[in-house]
Amino acid sequence: MLYVESADKTYPNGTRALAGLNLEVEEGEIVAVVGGSGCGKSTFLRLAAGLDQPTRGRIRLDGETITRPNPLVGIIFQEPRLLPWLTVEQNVGFGLADRPRAERERLVREVLERVGLQNYAHCWPRELSGGQAQRVAIARALAPHPKVLLLDEPFSALDAFTRASLHEHLLSLWHAFRPTLVLVTHDVEEASVLADRVLVMQPNPGRIAATIDVDLARPRDRYGTEIEAMKRRVLWALDKSLRRESGEALSPAAAI
Amino acid sequence: MTAIERFDNLGEARDSRIVSATHPIIEKKSKRTAERFLLGLALPLLLGIGWELAVRAGWAEGRLMPPPSRIFLTLYSLAVTGELWIHIGATLARVGAGFALGVIAGTLVGALAGASRLSREILDPSLQGLRSVPSIAWVPLFILWLGIFEESKIALIAVGCFFPIYLGVLAAIQSVDRKTVEVGRVFRLTTPQLVRRILLPAILPAYVVALRQGLGLGWMFVVAAEFMGASEGLGYLLIDGQQLGKPDQIIAAIVTFAILGKITDGLIASSSAPFLTWQDAYAPKH
Repeated sequence: MLYVESADKTYPNGTRALAGLNLEVEEGEIVAVVGGSGCGKSTFLRLAAGLDQPTRGRIRLDGETITRPNPLVGIIFQEPRLLPWLTVEQNVGFGLADRPRAERERLVREVLERVGLQNYAHCWPRELSGGQAQRVAIARALAPHPKVLLLDEPFSALDAFTRASLHEHLLSLWHAFRPTLVLVTHDVEEASVLADRVLVMQPNPGRIAATIDVDLARPRDRYGTEIEAMKRRVLWALDKSLRRESGEALSPAAAI
Repeated sequence: MTAIERFDNLGEARDSRIVSATHPIIEKKSKRTAERFLLGLALPLLLGIGWELAVRAGWAEGRLMPPPSRIFLTLYSLAVTGELWIHIGATLARVGAGFALGVIAGTLVGALAGASRLSREILDPSLQGLRSVPSIAWVPLFILWLGIFEESKIALIAVGCFFPIYLGVLAAIQSVDRKTVEVGRVFRLTTPQLVRRILLPAILPAYVVALRQGLGLGWMFVVAAEFMGASEGLGYLLIDGQQLGKPDQIIAAIVTFAILGKITDGLIASSSAPFLTWQDAYAPKH
């Protein structure tokens, strides 16, 4: 279980990126976080990854408080961030340097097969397409078998076809390893197709505006009416959260 | 297999040639190297033959600009008497020692300034000030401090090599992508691991460029150093040729400089090449 207990984050410039965020994520659950810019969704992910510290409150994974990067938590960024001087294979094995060689090779091979890039093991990152590079990044994050995988808008730079194919890859990996997935996105379709639960966040200060359970069986048809209806629900909640925010922003002026 | 997967795998089938066709590529590469070598040789060869013919036909007088045959003869006789090797040895030793000192100092100070902001803010302004002093201006001081023999010459070359290497290392460290460093943090690298596994490989391409620039300046300054009074060295051959009115000897020394400069630069380039094959370099085809 991933617990977020009234996590607050105020940046040195005074921006209150997160205000008392409370959240419980079940083991193996897929949670999507959507929201306008500045709603604190990336801040939340950085806190959960241990890359930043909350100003108040804490984040726990199975009872252990996360204060710095943890081997049980993997993260995938918007860009693949592969190391250009390492081959695909070496990139995937980057986090496994402390494992014995045989085990490392096995883990790398296994996860590369899962993302369908076993023939690319000896390629340089520059030889990959954008979608392939992001698949290597996913493989690198999953190779050490983390319990929680955080994804920060990982498919937003890709075209619609590649994005859809990466959703399939991600789901097949999730079926194989059953990690908890926390996916920050601004793509409502992505959230509806992948998640068990969609959190809608709103800015100033960053907090959860709505929680929508996605009770749809997998595999889901992204062009089906159920997903369409779910997309509309999420969009509606997003819309409401943004309108509420601008309403709040207006109220001090109204008071004058 | 869904339509989307098929679409995705289509791209893979196309790209898998990269994996299977390695050997023909290597063969093609070595052929390309030979071709490039001959192309690079064409211009000087053509100019040399043209001048030779012009002098032989009597269209030009070869006294101040001797034809290639005379220069080769001069080089040959210098080589046979063993004189040439003594001069080359002396110059190479000076460049080697000065370059080594410059590399060590430039790398250490550059790394220090790149690693900590405090030391950068203390060191960099002074070093930038010193850098704008023409290095030849140090000559009188070095002669007073270190005497007129090897020490002052090596010091001058080291100063010349120091600045491009210092600047190169500092700029390379500062331009390492914060996002790449964050990958290291995510995988919980310790500081030494971060340096070895991320920072060093990230700055290597820029470092090689800095070394080559430094070495280029080293060759420049060795001439200046040998002009200030040497009894051997290629710079001495230049001065000697001027004083005794032997343009063929001057040009022979210049040609030797060109060859040595190209060889030493090529040594740095080729010894670093195996570590830089990953680079996504721009390479025009024609």
